[in-house]
Amino acid sequence: MEYILMIIGAVLVNNIILVQFLGICPFLGVSSKVNTALGMGAAVTFVMALATLVTSLLQKYVLVPLDITFLQTIVFILVIASLVQMVEIMLKKVSPSLYRALGVFLPLITTNCAVLGVAINVTQQTIIPGHGFSVIDNTLYAVAIAIGFTLAITIFAGLREQLELVEIPKGMKGVPIALITAGILAMAFMGFANLV
Amino acid sequence: MSNSKLNILTKGFFKENPTLILVLGCCPTLAVTTSVTNALGMGAATTFVLLMSNMLISALKNVIPDKVRIPSYIVIIATFVSMIDLLIQGFLPSLSASLGVFIPLIVVNCIVLGRAEAFANKNTVFDSLLDGLGMGIGFTIALTLIGAIREILGSGSIMGFQFIPAEYHILIFVLAPGAFLVFGFVMAAVRFIVNKNEEKKKQKAAKRCIKPLPV
Repeated sequence: MEYILMIIGAVLVNNIILVQFLGICPFLGVSSKVNTALGMGAAVTFVMALATLVTSLLQKYVLVPLDITFLQTIVFILVIASLVQMVEIMLKKVSPSLYRALGVFLPLITTNCAVLGVAINVTQQTIIPGHGFSVIDNTLYAVAIAIGFTLAITIFAGLREQLELVEIPKGMKGVPIALITAGILAMAFMGFANLV
Repeated sequence: MSNSKLNILTKGFFKENPTLILVLGCCPTLAVTTSVTNALGMGAATTFVLLMSNMLISALKNVIPDKVRIPSYIVIIATFVSMIDLLIQGFLPSLSASLGVFIPLIVVNCIVLGRAEAFANKNTVFDSLLDGLGMGIGFTIALTLIGAIREILGSGSIMGFQFIPAEYHILIFVLAPGAFLVFGFVMAAVRFIVNKNEEKKKQKAAKRCIKPLPV
């Protein structure tokens, strides 16, 4: 039950894009088509789960015992950057079809603040009250957050496809109207507040 | 200061404003602009990182091998971000609490890496310093503008000084949707003004060109 609550909280109530404002760049950059948005969502889910697993392990068994948590930012960003490279190389060898589907998005994820943001966030808060720092909980939480990311970016891509057909004032074209659309979408997501 | 140096410094203010024109670094822009104080704090922290990393990267541009330049830039940027993070935690604990995870996230702010890649690794140390300072000030201007609008409409105050009574506050502007809406409208307004200026300049230039041409 507590896991179901945690997942609902991470996907809807604390949606990473519309409530926490992480990962706005891919949200605005690769959301012009629903298919691309789904591809980006899949790539982010994969990397975010893996990155949170590795960084949580590092935090628990290296940074805290050696008392060097002030190196957290440097260590985490290096781990994420090299992880993305590694995943890209491995996917190319193991599953060329998946690589073709995700390939374009993988390098973009290195500078996606959502991945680093979640990795840092889970070290600062307990995911499920009473469990303490648990690597498994953290990874599940990362997957749930990434599902929320995919949900938001896919809905938004659907809206933008419709927006293509509408006549818009000159200064509003492109990013400004997208931001206002996102604002209205965020209002809709506010309805989920206090759900959990 | 010669004209070209001044241009490097001031182009980041409006004409190539990193947030409003180039649309870089959107996450902090949306997240920390609930008040002017937060916006100024975030702007100052990012300007510090931009300035220092631009200078160091430009000084080391002949030492860093081309193949590993991106990881090297990330390490340099992360070092300065950790420094400013610890400084803010030590001296301004209340600002640290309200900015939270967004201070370490300056590492992945596209403005910093973008300027390193687009400017600092091709130009001299002094030019990179000016570019970093200009871009940082441009980022701070954008954050403060959005922060001021949100704070006035949402909590009826500016820099914590209250001047609109509580029953007239529009709460939505300090919440998540307000961030997107205000950012969208400010960006549209700035683009409209910049485009109009460019068009005027073009028309003037066109007039000047047409006169000497023998038709």
